[in-house]
Amino acid sequence: MDERSDPIRNEDAPDELQARRETMFMIPAAPAIWAAHFLASYVTAAIWCAKIAGRDGSLEGARWLLAGYTGVALVAIAMIGVRGFRHHSYGDATAPHDFDTAADRHRFLGFSTFLLAALSFVAVIFVAMVVVFTETCR
Amino acid sequence: MASQTEDSIATLLGETSVLVPAGRSAERIADLSWWLFGSATLIWFVVLGLSVYAAYVRPGAHDVARVRLMIVGGGAVLPTILLGGVLAYSLWLMPQVKPPIPEGAVEIEVEGLRWWWRVRYASEEGGATEVANELALPVGRPAVLRLTSPDVIHSFWVPALAGKTDMIPGRETIIVLEPTRTGVFRGACAEYCGTSHALMNFAVLVLEPDAYEGWLARQGAPAQEPEGPLEARGAAVFREYGCGACHAIRGTQANGVVGPDLTHVGSRRTLGAGALPNTPEDYVDWIARTHEVKPDANMPPFGMLPDDDLAALAAYLDGLT
Repeated sequence: MDERSDPIRNEDAPDELQARRETMFMIPAAPAIWAAHFLASYVTAAIWCAKIAGRDGSLEGARWLLAGYTGVALVAIAMIGVRGFRHHSYGDATAPHDFDTAADRHRFLGFSTFLLAALSFVAVIFVAMVVVFTETCR
Repeated sequence: MASQTEDSIATLLGETSVLVPAGRSAERIADLSWWLFGSATLIWFVVLGLSVYAAYVRPGAHDVARVRLMIVGGGAVLPTILLGGVLAYSLWLMPQVKPPIPEGAVEIEVEGLRWWWRVRYASEEGGATEVANELALPVGRPAVLRLTSPDVIHSFWVPALAGKTDMIPGRETIIVLEPTRTGVFRGACAEYCGTSHALMNFAVLVLEPDAYEGWLARQGAPAQEPEGPLEARGAAVFREYGCGACHAIRGTQANGVVGPDLTHVGSRRTLGAGALPNTPEDYVDWIARTHEVKPDANMPPFGMLPDDDLAALAAYLDGLT
């Protein structure tokens, strides 16, 4: 089959995609939020236990702060994930989106963003689970 | 010969298995291990079963939608749920593995040094009884161990009783042990700390409450007088060669604090923190060939001592029960 007759390759890339400057920064956005959430959670708990509650003190106040961080992080990651999924679902092509076309680049970036957002979402929940079960600084 | 000695040291130091727990925390850890092992075995069988199914039972093309469901479900969703479950279970166990300090617990200070263990029991009169490379605990009663280190990071681990707890210079860490049966259990340093890290063992004697009180009273008593002329000669050798600059023997003028307290060294199960068994010949080995037995140990070898003096010193120390 002549390459040029491949229907996917010849997919008409709409003007909006042709003109668009695709950004790669959506890909690491969700893992970056995961990293920030991890750091903020552990720093908060460490300061809380070292300066406020004491070695055997209750983690109660810090738990509420961490619940707040977790809520914000999950919403932000979910938004990134939804955006990634929309890009991935553009048109009717299926993964792995590896053709050298503007439309497939668009879908590939979206799919990578979506997968990393899913991983980061689960990771943030795993980090937050620690304070669900840990009630004290001990 | 070497392996026979190692076997006998292993026997002297006692049980080491995480899977045959003898303490509350270790029981929880063993439960977790069995759950992990059991679920890993199940997953192994399922994956292997599916491989056999795909390769032999139904080779050829499969329905794309079902295959995608298998890949996403079995490859991503199911492992996430299983790992989440295991994480939740282990986080739920953690407060039980590190319980709060209970009322009426036995208080013990343990210092990890390169490469031995200094153990102090606070006595009710205000002083402390110091022993080394061995500690006793009463069965069924919690004990709080306050762990410190003056040199490098060590880790206190008695596999049959509880998990590991690091001993960090400049900090005090705490471990609560609650033995559930009597016996002898091996402890070891679980954080690489230098040349003789592997020779940094100790024995934990879990005793009935009466036996524990007896042990503590015996360890708290001053050293016994040399029994015969050979032992008396050994005591003189100990004085003359300045052993007391580093070692204490309560009831004598030896009050060094650099090395292990030797007041009741003859009662211990091993020498040099599990480097040798505890017989008069082993004392000779230890004193004369210290660095062959335990490389880089702080104690200088006293191989220049005449054989008679070495034998007398060994008899004296062996008699300090």
